[in-house]
Amino acid sequence: MRTRFQQGLDDLRTRLLRMGGMAEQAVDRACQAYIDRDLKRCHMVLEGESQINVAEREIDELAFDLLAMQQPMAVDLRFILAVTKINSDLERVGDQAVNIAERVMDLVELPVADLPVDIGRMATATAAMVRRSLESFIEGKAELAQAVLEMDNVVDRMRDEAFISLVKVMNERPDVTRQALDALLIARNLERVADHATNIAEDVIFWVRGADVRHNVQQENPPQEITRRVTGI
Amino acid sequence: MGVGIKVEHLNAWFGKTQALHDISMDVPANHATAIIGPSGCGKSTFVRCLNRMHETIPEARAEGKVRMGDLDVYNGTAAVQIRRRIGMVFQKPNPFPTMSIYDNVAAGLKLNGFRNHKQLDDIVERSLKLSALWDEVKDTLRKKSGASLSGGQQQRLCIARALAVEPEVLLMDEPCSALDPISTGKIEELIFQLKEEFTIVIVTHNMQQASRVAEFTGFFLLGKLIEFDRTEKIFTTPSDKRTEDYITGRFG
Repeated sequence: MRTRFQQGLDDLRTRLLRMGGMAEQAVDRACQAYIDRDLKRCHMVLEGESQINVAEREIDELAFDLLAMQQPMAVDLRFILAVTKINSDLERVGDQAVNIAERVMDLVELPVADLPVDIGRMATATAAMVRRSLESFIEGKAELAQAVLEMDNVVDRMRDEAFISLVKVMNERPDVTRQALDALLIARNLERVADHATNIAEDVIFWVRGADVRHNVQQENPPQEITRRVTGI
Repeated sequence: MGVGIKVEHLNAWFGKTQALHDISMDVPANHATAIIGPSGCGKSTFVRCLNRMHETIPEARAEGKVRMGDLDVYNGTAAVQIRRRIGMVFQKPNPFPTMSIYDNVAAGLKLNGFRNHKQLDDIVERSLKLSALWDEVKDTLRKKSGASLSGGQQQRLCIARALAVEPEVLLMDEPCSALDPISTGKIEELIFQLKEEFTIVIVTHNMQQASRVAEFTGFFLLGKLIEFDRTEKIFTTPSDKRTEDYITGRFG
């Protein structure tokens, strides 16, 4: 057993989970800020971004060191590659949360408008995808990740519905165009967050099964699932 | 040109101890195939069975089928004829210490009664060029002894000696384990080039080396072939948990 290497992998996993927690919290805060028109939460999201960025760099450095110094193979190599990609996706999730917070800050300055879009419902679906994708990483379970992939269509459909109804509002009620545009951008941000959650789930499947399922191309490799030894679960 | 090796149900023993259990494997022609596994797993025994070197050890024996092109290694072919067609390079360079560089390379041919000096010169030059040693020794071919060369040069000299008899297969048993990284790099580059003309089977403890030089890799454990597949498959997504455990350093 390569103790130092195992410690490095455990450290990588812990850091990524911490970063996942920060990114998930940022999206939750931004969505709650939209619902409550809460500027304080918006500022919390903006301030939290730098922590996510620092975490991203630290995880990349650690992964880079492990690749260079330990020459990982097979499941360990797939794990580290998956971590670097998930790391990048989580950082982008943080960016989307910042974008949402900025739109909310704009909305708070404007009169309240009754818009035919349920951002709260979309936020709930998106947050569930992020949470489950991280759970699939924690558990090292490809079937949990697979469930996330199937949720993506739901969020895509919500985004499409929001687009149609909000464009209609912009045409018919010019006085709330800015509010509708902000809501439309938030819907798009949430749909992007869902895409990142999908990417994370795909990376978990790659790590656990060695299968590349991106872009709906199934390239299943090993007959035997080798899972979770990296995490020691 | 190299030829493929078809191994079927190969078993080998040292006295009563069985060292290889029912090994079947197709070694493809003109490719490098790496044999990996922990110490004592039978990988060296396996390659020594391919050219019947195994049976030179007292009380050692092997059974099974090994076909190398048209040659049936274990049925009706003289061992010396097989070894002429399957060259071997060992862990520790073993040049003939009192012979010149030239004589080291020409030794196999001379032993077989080859006496045409012009042709011998040509073969020695070609073999030393193939083993990437020519430029370093061409001016001292007959003056210097094989033992006067550095470890890396000696190993390339041994490769030249093996190539001089124009084998179809080259077996290499941990050929770089006694060499520094520069010499190792040269041998690995050599393996890459030699594949065009020979079939190479290399036993190595160094998994990075296997992944660098070989297109196919076989993983041995306790005398059994656990997994044989394309090298990238073995090192990224092996099918067997035991292979994964070994290459990720969880045992061995």
